[in-house]
Amino acid sequence: MTAWLPQGTVYGTLLNFRREWDLWSARMTQDPHKAPPKAPVLYVKTANTFCPAGQDLLLQDGVSEVDIGATLGLVIGSQAQVVGAVLLNDWSVPHASYYRPPVKFRCRDGFLALPAQVTAGQVQDWAGLQLEVRRNGEHVQTVDLRDLMRHMPTLLVDVGEFMTLQPGDVLMVGTDCLADGSRPRAKAGDRVDIFAPGFASVVTNVKGQP
Amino acid sequence: MKHARIAWSGAIHDAVEADGQLLLTQGPHAGRRVGFDDVVWLPPLAPVPQARTVIALGLNYADHAKELAFKAPEEPLAFMKGEAALIGHNAFTKRPADVAYMHYECELAIVVGRTARRVKKVDAYDYIAGYTVANDYAIRDYLENWYRPNLRVKNRDTCTPIGPWLVDAADVPNPMALKLQTTVNGKVTQSGSTADMIFDVPTLIEYFSGFMKLNPGDLILTGTPDGIVDCQPGDVIVTEIEGIGALTNTIVKA
Repeated sequence: MTAWLPQGTVYGTLLNFRREWDLWSARMTQDPHKAPPKAPVLYVKTANTFCPAGQDLLLQDGVSEVDIGATLGLVIGSQAQVVGAVLLNDWSVPHASYYRPPVKFRCRDGFLALPAQVTAGQVQDWAGLQLEVRRNGEHVQTVDLRDLMRHMPTLLVDVGEFMTLQPGDVLMVGTDCLADGSRPRAKAGDRVDIFAPGFASVVTNVKGQP
Repeated sequence: MKHARIAWSGAIHDAVEADGQLLLTQGPHAGRRVGFDDVVWLPPLAPVPQARTVIALGLNYADHAKELAFKAPEEPLAFMKGEAALIGHNAFTKRPADVAYMHYECELAIVVGRTARRVKKVDAYDYIAGYTVANDYAIRDYLENWYRPNLRVKNRDTCTPIGPWLVDAADVPNPMALKLQTTVNGKVTQSGSTADMIFDVPTLIEYFSGFMKLNPGDLILTGTPDGIVDCQPGDVIVTEIEGIGALTNTIVKA
């Protein structure tokens, strides 16, 4: 069996965990943001980011460290309905500003680590899901989907208000931060594992340029 | 040559422009000519095996940056769109009932022809298959200062008409000196030149391929000059670029 690849467009959701929202909230009304976001703040993970199961992440073009972004991706079928989900590692170059679109932080080659297969199901199956993140075998984060700001049914409705998700598209529910607002990071030589009950794990070896 | 992708006689066809008609180039009707008004125009893009990358530029003309009260950016201000936002020539675009300001953006669109990674400016044109016209509508009511321009403004269903033609790069000797013009109900509201881009076509290819692989069929929408106005249901918007084509779109109530 060949490893899974998204058939459509992959969208990510910013600021969708309570902890990060709360850490940001005092700054949300300041420049340049001026107000908290009302609609879901989305970004696209382009096809060049797709990194099938078993492939390494190569850090290149001046990138030496990446944020780990453990998330659940909702796989869309017909009529914009969720037909399954996948664990994903939505890598990003650490960036402090959320003002401008994050293309050069999020759309680098290999920056979306994929699992081998999709788990069929519906969003209510995963409402209490916990994702575990390990770096070199050591636990570094638990991502608890009960902590979402927009829970999955609401997120799907609010996104659907302005764009129709197509069969094969994937909507990632967001990545959580640590208590200090940072995300766990990885660098060349690290191995990062993301796993959750009922899901194919996402395992990535991070490599540097030789 | 000017290439189109159309629906006609119950199927999708590739066609080229021939003497003011569409000449079908493959399938059971290959060789047949049909009129421009007798077909449904699709985005002039061949299907691709994976999600098409659609890069769009903000503030890439100095006058438009000034119009929007921004200083010109020091590096390209780019955002991504999903392919599902694209629609063809002569299509309808929906304007929500409760918005105050929805405007077109006439843009030269680059279609990538070869896999591009770490391409230098001097070689950039070798990686371009051709050009088309995009109208990258925005609804300013929905602008929020988070990953701005946010997808609710820029990735809406029906809000990125593209076409009618994909013009071979070989037929566009200098893409950096093309007149752009938009009309609303026949009245000229926007005019400019690709010569006024802040980051020109070769610079954009070098910039994006410097950190990401561009695949054949990927798109770069290169931004719009000044002259944006509100568009209301019933308005017919024609975004035109010299030598590339005139893309017609009609606004309808959502």
